[in-house]
Amino acid sequence: MVLGGALLVLMAAMAAFAPWLFTTDPIQLNPIERLRPPGAEQWFGTDMFGRDIYSRTVYGSRISLAVGLAAAVLSVAIGLLIGLLSGYVRLLDAILMRVMDGLMAIPGILLAIALISLSGASLGTVIIAITIPEIPRVVRLVRAIVLTIREEPYVEAAIAAGTRLPLILIRHVLPNTIAPLIVQATYVCGSAMLTEAILSFLGAGTPPEIPSWGNIMSEGRTYFQISPWIIFFPGVALALTVLGVNVLGDGLRDTLDPRIARKM
Amino acid sequence: MSTPAPAGSVLEVRGLTVRLPASADRAHAVEDVSFSVGKGEILCVVGESGSGKSVTAHTIMGLLPPRQLVPTAGEVFLEGEDLLRKSRAELRRLRGWRMSMIFQEPMTALNPVLPIGKQIEEVLRIHTELDARARIARVIEAMEAVRLPEPQRLLYSYPHQISGGQRQRVMIAAALVLEPALLIADEPTTALDVTTQAQILRLIKQIQAEHDTAVLFITHDFGVVAEVADRVVVMEQGRVVEQGPTAQVLRRPTQPYTRMLVSSVPSLTPAHRDDKQGGAVVLATRKLEKVYGASGLLRRGRRVHAARDVNIEVRRGETLGLVGESGSGKSTVARCIVRLIDPTSGQIRIDDVDIATLGARAMRAHRRRIQIVFQDPYRSLNPRRTVGKSIVEGPMNFGLTAAAAWQRARDLMGLVDLDPRALDRFPHQFSGGQRQRICIARALAMEPDLLIADEAVSALDVSVQAQVLALLDDVRVRFNLAMLFITHDLRVAAQICDRIAVMRQGEVVEYGLAADIFASPGHEYTRELFEAAPGRDWNFGQFETEPAPA
Repeated sequence: MVLGGALLVLMAAMAAFAPWLFTTDPIQLNPIERLRPPGAEQWFGTDMFGRDIYSRTVYGSRISLAVGLAAAVLSVAIGLLIGLLSGYVRLLDAILMRVMDGLMAIPGILLAIALISLSGASLGTVIIAITIPEIPRVVRLVRAIVLTIREEPYVEAAIAAGTRLPLILIRHVLPNTIAPLIVQATYVCGSAMLTEAILSFLGAGTPPEIPSWGNIMSEGRTYFQISPWIIFFPGVALALTVLGVNVLGDGLRDTLDPRIARKM
Repeated sequence: MSTPAPAGSVLEVRGLTVRLPASADRAHAVEDVSFSVGKGEILCVVGESGSGKSVTAHTIMGLLPPRQLVPTAGEVFLEGEDLLRKSRAELRRLRGWRMSMIFQEPMTALNPVLPIGKQIEEVLRIHTELDARARIARVIEAMEAVRLPEPQRLLYSYPHQISGGQRQRVMIAAALVLEPALLIADEPTTALDVTTQAQILRLIKQIQAEHDTAVLFITHDFGVVAEVADRVVVMEQGRVVEQGPTAQVLRRPTQPYTRMLVSSVPSLTPAHRDDKQGGAVVLATRKLEKVYGASGLLRRGRRVHAARDVNIEVRRGETLGLVGESGSGKSTVARCIVRLIDPTSGQIRIDDVDIATLGARAMRAHRRRIQIVFQDPYRSLNPRRTVGKSIVEGPMNFGLTAAAAWQRARDLMGLVDLDPRALDRFPHQFSGGQRQRICIARALAMEPDLLIADEAVSALDVSVQAQVLALLDDVRVRFNLAMLFITHDLRVAAQICDRIAVMRQGEVVEYGLAADIFASPGHEYTRELFEAAPGRDWNFGQFETEPAPA
């Protein structure tokens, strides 16, 4: 968990302080310096337009982290709301859950590509396209928790004490969902970063002028045999970040689950 | 150096000490425990929760969780062999063959995805060389021995298809198929209804007598002890407090702790209660019905009449007991009255207002007047909120200021014998009995007219149970409450109820004064219940000796 946290802090710092980390303008073209291997001048080498891979990778972390964070927060918030509603309002439950089942039946990437080709590529649409397929998983999790908690005698005692439904949800039900949701959010975050990279790699993601890890790798694809560093460095960054998020998520799950925590 | 076990005893436990993990509240789960069980003898180990009786049983079977609970001293001889010095393979050979165990929950002790016959046969497959045909013959024999109906058909049934009592019979059949020398029964009837319990106890006694099996019977229930035990071991906090023949321990206990435990067992003779017919009727149900299933367009299936034509009345200052076995509909009636579920038809009149059909908004005004205390003290309080917040929640819903609500909470904590300063603690910092007191305080904070106790003392140890019962009776008098007391325990009902309604399969089969019903039960089913009550011929707490001077 410490390792995961440290990796993430490192990546976040990289994203926040990108301009001060000895970077140059990541989109500045420099045809003379193109396809240089890694060296003292360009630490990670340059691409076919002479852009500095190191700078592009550092700036690319901004996109990945933003997409991951935004997708996690959005899907958890929306999923929590729908989950609470569907767990407590029986009439809505049948309808909402069938919609969720429908969403889950469509492969996430396919849905994202469809949404982006409908609305055009921008950072916002990418985030929305990644968030929507993640929502049903959160909804199912929240609904399952709500269904068990609403049967607890302490919730029934609150009903008998005349507590109104919104207060019951906030006071007695909501706190039970927080720990599992934090864990779920880390998984969403990790998979969102991967999905963003995949979408960009396929050319359906963030617009090509924005340096994202997926974009960099996509552009480097054709030069892979002669200058593999274009793909290698952003790939490593992506792998490390997703690994960090997942390790953190596993750690949080173990600490937040009292049954496992007691054994440690 | 260990000396060999004396001849004649099947199980001999000497100076057994089992260490608890460092984080526990005491150093040893059991400490210096010694006893023996002879051939054909039933030894009851009795004690409250946390007394170490189950740990003792699991140590003998070699089923302790590794590394967490470690036997550090003592010997356990089974037919002269020290079990604590056996390898895992040797223990595995002995389990099922020379010693076997039955558990409290027959549903979870059986594998739900294997047919019953296979589960009994497994013991034979592991321990004997018999071929398939011979094994099946032995299984059927064993099933007949435990009086399971139609063993041929049950062989291929799954655990969920048979009743709880039958499941426990299957467990016993599997445990006894190889005729072990020792049978360990860990609260085997606690999860069963009283009539089923009586049958299982009788069965264990019969089979034990036929095969001369030594039985180590673990229980918390002195009624069961009186029913089955030859000798008794009383445990407290991991130590043996007293042991001896049953009649001696129950009638002439030498230790104050044993005296306290035995005299906490409620008597089956109803306590004298004043006539309360003069009080105003607070709750009256008329033809109350609750049907589960079969509503709505697409929900076809079995209709279950959980409550049928229930007509009961509770007067101010009076306790009505709703008595019945599991599935009799007593909790359904309670939940309908609190309107946690909606009744299918009928009336629920609170001071002449019918609340059965009120909508959520209209109902809310009446919520204050009906309060309920639940069975499970561990789930009745929100673990994330301080008990004070739990108590003031209700009154503040009805417009009491925070200051006034907290003052009321402090007063009530004093009333239920808890420290008012404990209000800002969390539920896990209290014991089960204390939590139940907090739940009572929470209910009283609403200043209700009707208090419903739904098996409110069933999960508590017998000594704690006595205290909580006394508290409930005390608050009934103090606030002149109408109380609806739901229980499966006739002893408890005899002590706290003015009148009793006996329920079976959703119907009230007998309804009248507690004194009358206990003196001469009118309905056949009531008589059956009384017959089944364990230890009904014993008047616990009527000792033949004076307490030893302190």
